[in-house]
Amino acid sequence: MRPMDMTAVELGTAIREREITAPEALQAVFAEIDRKEERLHCYITLDREGAVRRAEAVQKKIDAGELTGPLAGVPLAVKDNLCTAGMLTTCASRILGNFVPSYTAEAVRRLEEGGMVLIGKTNMDEFAMGSTTETSAYGPTGNPWNAAHVPGGSSGGSAAAVAAGECFLALGSDTGGSVRQPASFCGVVGMKPTYGSISRYGLIAYGSSLDQIGPLCRDVRDCAAVLEQIVCHDTKDATSVKRNDTDFTAALAEGIAGMRIGIPRDYMTEGLCEEVREPVLAAAEVLREKGASVEPFDLGLVEYAVPAYYTIAAAEASSNLERFDGVKYGYRAGDCTGLHEMYRKTRSEGFGEEVKRRIMLGSFVLSSGYYDAYYLKALRVRTLIREAFDEAFASYDIILAPAAPTTAPMRGKSLQDPIRMYLGDIYTISANLAGLPGISVPCGRDGKGLPVGMQLIGDRFSEKKLLRAAYAYESARGAFGICEEVR
Amino acid sequence: MSVNRITDETIEYIGILAKLALSDAQKEQAKEDMGRMLDYIDKLNELDTGDAAPLSHVSAPENVFREDAVTNGDERDALLANAPGEKDGMYVVPRTFA
Repeated sequence: MRPMDMTAVELGTAIREREITAPEALQAVFAEIDRKEERLHCYITLDREGAVRRAEAVQKKIDAGELTGPLAGVPLAVKDNLCTAGMLTTCASRILGNFVPSYTAEAVRRLEEGGMVLIGKTNMDEFAMGSTTETSAYGPTGNPWNAAHVPGGSSGGSAAAVAAGECFLALGSDTGGSVRQPASFCGVVGMKPTYGSISRYGLIAYGSSLDQIGPLCRDVRDCAAVLEQIVCHDTKDATSVKRNDTDFTAALAEGIAGMRIGIPRDYMTEGLCEEVREPVLAAAEVLREKGASVEPFDLGLVEYAVPAYYTIAAAEASSNLERFDGVKYGYRAGDCTGLHEMYRKTRSEGFGEEVKRRIMLGSFVLSSGYYDAYYLKALRVRTLIREAFDEAFASYDIILAPAAPTTAPMRGKSLQDPIRMYLGDIYTISANLAGLPGISVPCGRDGKGLPVGMQLIGDRFSEKKLLRAAYAYESARGAFGICEEVR
Repeated sequence: MSVNRITDETIEYIGILAKLALSDAQKEQAKEDMGRMLDYIDKLNELDTGDAAPLSHVSAPENVFREDAVTNGDERDALLANAPGEKDGMYVVPRTFA
């Protein structure tokens, strides 16, 4: 088997069994990057020389028996909003165009500790604000299955890199669907765990009550393997949760007999593209054949999730992004006579349009006189949305839904109408509002060959159920494969 | 035209809160964008949220305490290496008062 046809876990096994070395695996990834990166632009920063050094050092430790984990020696890509010591971390923004962190994000550190080899930083929507990876200050990323289409966002570079074989596994972040939606658009597995499961130390914050790091992977087993290494309590993140149920790989084979799956009727109505609905319902049928019960139900409040989310996310963003002021790091505008002028010019020149739009909206909904009417109202609606999910999980183990209402749109079509773009997040954002885990698994293609993703959402801390169901479906489906040639 | 009319005074005030310098054309665009978005957000008013408490955070609402102990070393030089302006181990900024 060629290295590029292996999953991350298969490659890790091959490295442990001396069939291939970590530096050889790295060269295989570089070969794919050489063939595809010019057209796709998955990466903002590629550190080939550093990666070669790291791969050689990891191989020595593997040879010495010091590294024995399932992912030791496997190349890794990381979204450019995760800090990496000594490696440029831009958030796809001009304002952080020269920022080199002095420390590494905890999730990345844990993967490197397990022997993964960091090769570079992937493209994204600026500050993770967007659904297409087109708001990046460093140019858009193409969808590997059809480069005229977007890869989704905001973790579009990570999803495209995994789908194209430009890495074996990548980290992203998911504030409103930014792991699950690009996973769906690119035909890879993407998971957002329960809020608080993965330390966000070193993740540049967007919406702090919503943000969660998540992996983008070739298959469900890879997803379980990476979660086992990064789901961990960390005192450096005050929202970090202590969990003892992290033997995700062992859970995969438990099957889904008797599992209760509900499909929200109000997700499958207007606005859902027929080319998405059919494969998602066909995937539900597969789960039924595997022993789960599947039935429709009314979730409720669906049309209120997007306006509530964008109010809350904008408010939190306006607060989190206050720190970018041109004083301690990043871009600073020139020719300023005073401090406040420097703040305003730096931020106006450093941030892109979508980021400024959300900062202004957030400043407005938090301002005196509007706080109760907009921000608090949205938080009250958030309570009702969480209660609707609590009620659903009293009857069902898993909610099955599309990851997005359409397949990947054409490039250049989404940013003119922001509200329409926001509506594309309708199936993913509720999991963030309620802190729930969700996973997207490829379940088909549209007429153009673009992938469709099925999303499974579970109650808090029910990752094992999600992984079991995703694995059961994936085993029945067979390999989805990576994209050999960019079209 | 949006129902929510953002006035010149409001957009001026938002510019101050958001620390953004906007040109006249950008102000007009921002007024329109924000008005449209607020029209959309007004949909939330259809819902009677009654006595539902605002949910600012999904985790358990408990404080997380730790000892106030320094665990990191001296990273001054590494941190200052990122500074747009630096002198004698300090950040340099433009004049703050006349």
